[in-house]
Amino acid sequence: MALVDAPGQIVLDADAIGRTIRRVASEIVERTRATAKLALVGIEQGGTPIARRLADEITKVEGRSVPVGSLDITLYRDDAASALPDPKVGPSRIDFVVEGADIVLVDDVLHTGRTVRAAIDCLFDYGRPRRIWLAVLCDRGGRQLPVAADFIGKRVEVPEGYALDVVAEGGAADRAFLRVWRPSEAPGGARP
Amino acid sequence: MSAGFRHNHLLSIADLDRDDVNQILDAAESFIEVSRRSVRKVPTLRGKTLINMFFEASTRTRTSFELAGKRLSADVVNVSSSGSSVSKGESLLDTCKTLEAMRPDLVVIRHAASGAPAFVAKHIGCSVINGGDGAHEHPTQALLDAFAIRKAFGTLSGLKVVIVGDITHSRVARSNAALLGRFGSEVRFCGPRTLMPTGVEMLGVKVYHDLREALTGVDVIMLLRIQKERLEGPLVPSMREYSRCYGVSQKHMALANPRAIVMHPGPMNRGVEIHTALADSERSVILDQVEAGVAVRMAVLYLLSKELRAQTATQAASDAG
Repeated sequence: MALVDAPGQIVLDADAIGRTIRRVASEIVERTRATAKLALVGIEQGGTPIARRLADEITKVEGRSVPVGSLDITLYRDDAASALPDPKVGPSRIDFVVEGADIVLVDDVLHTGRTVRAAIDCLFDYGRPRRIWLAVLCDRGGRQLPVAADFIGKRVEVPEGYALDVVAEGGAADRAFLRVWRPSEAPGGARP
Repeated sequence: MSAGFRHNHLLSIADLDRDDVNQILDAAESFIEVSRRSVRKVPTLRGKTLINMFFEASTRTRTSFELAGKRLSADVVNVSSSGSSVSKGESLLDTCKTLEAMRPDLVVIRHAASGAPAFVAKHIGCSVINGGDGAHEHPTQALLDAFAIRKAFGTLSGLKVVIVGDITHSRVARSNAALLGRFGSEVRFCGPRTLMPTGVEMLGVKVYHDLREALTGVDVIMLLRIQKERLEGPLVPSMREYSRCYGVSQKHMALANPRAIVMHPGPMNRGVEIHTALADSERSVILDQVEAGVAVRMAVLYLLSKELRAQTATQAASDAG
């Protein structure tokens, strides 16, 4: 596992993010071949563009279209009523039936695991999925809950005190980079 | 920098600036989505307690606050004046102290006396929300009306809004005038002289006594309930006469902007202030207002939730340091 510890250091550039997404998409295709009701759900804000790009890649390879949803987990955070620096909530968009579906949750960075816990809770309020996988672009370590990803783009060991920020909208400015974490932010870095 | 919501209480629209209002309405957009799911509940205010103290009769406001609290997973207790210690002669201050000892996080108060929620806010350690006080203010009603208007027009600025009816006794009219005026919309009050308080122009509104004149070119028509029991006699000769002069029907819509919407805070008297066909027409957003009511109140409860503010304050301090 690569150890990174310099602020501003680029962990993945635009090309690398594109390649990583293609690789993760083909892994998802491999593992989910037998499933009929596959759907991708991005965790707002960082996960949604990655979920969309994964869905596009899956369509290219498989020829089938995969529904994409998004979850805003602000209201499900374990610190929702206490530690939110910027109490901005956004709507979730799930336009398919969650009941019985096979869902790949998608996020940009996996850190403490708290966001994923909240996202799973949130997803269950839409219905009971048959199973949930987790796909992340970067796994930075530092888990505080027993959560593991099924599909991992890149593993990097990021020391506490740094945030790993990801831009993955599909443009030339895409990158995953290291930044000094401010104590006024929510733990876990990029997401408010 | 967005600094979170800076208020401990929601007592009056006058306390809110444009940013505050936008923050509440933006949050409410998300809560609309929660209310449309199959599981209409999020765990955000788990372990928090909301007390609804209604010293005046209310169905929709109380229900709306109750649902708002429950959909955020707060524990909600309703206290009404009849049958409670209030009817046994307890003073408002003693009621406050008693409730405070039960350690609520949020209290909603509706009271016939203007200023009662502000009084309670001074004497209680938790967040207080004005659920309507006398003829003073009804801030959450104005916020939900603003939500419905913003949904229809995409803005709260540059609109012409007419409020028709019993302005004297209406806290809804006052809160709406304050909110819409703040965003630079023109607010018109229309009603018979007997139902128009003197000096009302000081609120920055235009006063009309002729309905057709008042409706000309407006984007929003807001009708107020005529309280038969209170008004018939000295202030209004008869409901029939009121309806003939100030009742709005579909034929009046030709005077307004072709996209104009019709609103009513409820409960409405069909055939008095609003003709029944208009109330059920596609111009009416009355049921959208009710849906918005729950979402806006969820947003208010969420933003006021006590620890959130305390935390924001500490963080602001540590950021500054």
